[in-house]
Amino acid sequence: MQKLVEIASGVSNGSLSASAVVEQHLARIDVRESEIHAFNLVTADQARLDAAKVDADVKSGKKVGALAGVPIAVKDNMCTRGVETTCSSKILQGWKPPYDATVVTKLRAAGAIIIGKTNLDEFAMGSSTENSAFGPTKNPHDISRVPGGSSGGSAAAVAAGFAAASLGSDTGGSIRQPAALCGVVGVKPTYGVVSRYGLVAFASSLDQIGPFTCDVRDAATLLEVISGHDPLDSTSIPQPAPSLVSVLEHGVAGMRIGRVTDLPEGCEADVLERLESAFDALRNAGATIVDIKLPSIQYCLTAYYLIAPAEASSNLARYDGVRYGNRVDAADLNSMYAATREAGFGEEVKRRIMLGTYALSAGYYDAYYGKALKVRRLISDDFARAYQSVDTILTPTSPSVAFEFGSKTDNPLAMYLCDVFTIPTNLAGHPAMSVPFGTGAHSMPVGVQVLAPTLGEQAMFKVAAELERAS
Amino acid sequence: MAEKISQETVVKVSRLARLSLTSDEAEKMTSQLAGMLEHFRDIDALDLADVEPMTQPYPLKNVLRKDVEAPSLDRQEVLGQAPATESGRFRVPPTIGFDV
Repeated sequence: MQKLVEIASGVSNGSLSASAVVEQHLARIDVRESEIHAFNLVTADQARLDAAKVDADVKSGKKVGALAGVPIAVKDNMCTRGVETTCSSKILQGWKPPYDATVVTKLRAAGAIIIGKTNLDEFAMGSSTENSAFGPTKNPHDISRVPGGSSGGSAAAVAAGFAAASLGSDTGGSIRQPAALCGVVGVKPTYGVVSRYGLVAFASSLDQIGPFTCDVRDAATLLEVISGHDPLDSTSIPQPAPSLVSVLEHGVAGMRIGRVTDLPEGCEADVLERLESAFDALRNAGATIVDIKLPSIQYCLTAYYLIAPAEASSNLARYDGVRYGNRVDAADLNSMYAATREAGFGEEVKRRIMLGTYALSAGYYDAYYGKALKVRRLISDDFARAYQSVDTILTPTSPSVAFEFGSKTDNPLAMYLCDVFTIPTNLAGHPAMSVPFGTGAHSMPVGVQVLAPTLGEQAMFKVAAELERAS
Repeated sequence: MAEKISQETVVKVSRLARLSLTSDEAEKMTSQLAGMLEHFRDIDALDLADVEPMTQPYPLKNVLRKDVEAPSLDRQEVLGQAPATESGRFRVPPTIGFDV
């Protein structure tokens, strides 16, 4: 697979044509997309026009951006002006946003070619893409297995070579878990590093956009482009994002890597074995492995599955059949709201709206939502204590390799357990990334997760680069 | 923590959430929500009395932009995406004279 940095440098110096690069990727899409279903929409015509423009700019000696000619797929919950954005939900089917998300603006300014909008669990609620209203995405390594979720389409698009990179969003693991299951790199940056303007909101205090790529250098390059303060997002951190590509060769000598001794149970043996090899590799490269405890993360599922649905129930109130999206007509306003939402939302979205509305309703607020916010604090405090003695922490990304379709759909709690290692990061607002590190059961990819404290992206990328060299 | 969730409560919550669940959906939802809420009881054992709730991960306060004119969304483009409009406005069904 062609690397993002190779395409960008080749196109910039004229040795590669952006149009030819785009045609190669469209050709791969032609061959395999019908069985993978990574995309809700392939924007082939616009991609060809954009590529021709990049080639013309290079020819005429104009300066082109850091992602010149790089085909990038964008999760279908990020707004693209005039281009259908559905969140894989019937309620938004056909909606063409009147503006671009900040990340889309930044991609275009850097010369990237947006090649399509990728499939997801409806409104990013799920861990397998089985909750998409438009059918699931298949794992390119084994089409009887899920690609993970919710950004399953973005992970599969990179793994199948449909795009050199893609963007996803991560609320409880929705970038890292599919990256692990599809054998690609996936990064969830510190909350506030990448603008959420134009990202359709799921749980606003947890959502964060990040890249999927074939390797760590590509991820660092793409993250540098999309990060930075944005006045259009009031939660955007008002300081420049750290340089990442510059630290990739620094190594890990002298770094302290945390090993969590009270990790939640239920992890596959092969996955734990890969994690141990990762610790060995870092030790051999000069890092010190330090045992740490995170006693409160055993409560992360409870905190997350109260906080995220509570925020979602509020955010999804906007789908009321009035300003955008689809409407089911009825005699009066309240009946129209209810009929529209009943027809437009899928089962998992309704389940989370119900759970969130319940957790926020009078008489239950203190018992559920209020308590969950306090548990969130405990988890954050656990990390703060741990990071006094370590620079980064290593855990599995997902407790298992990619599972078969239908194996968890009847039991919401079993599906929620897929996120047990990724959720604590979102609750704390920290960065974390998944790096491919060999294979496990059924020869499917295994990912190792590198966690770091707020704005600790440089330390995280140093460790990720070392793991990649060792894998 | 609260008693086991009843189907009556589920129906009430569905009205608050503006969802018109069918009776089959309400029944299934009741048992699934009950299962989840049962799992969530694990935090009942924690002493949280002195713990400060955490509502956001990065402490920023009163983020305001400068009071400078800037272009807003194109009115026609926005209205063009609405299910029903009339005279440059969103059109909705009757809002009064019905039970809420």
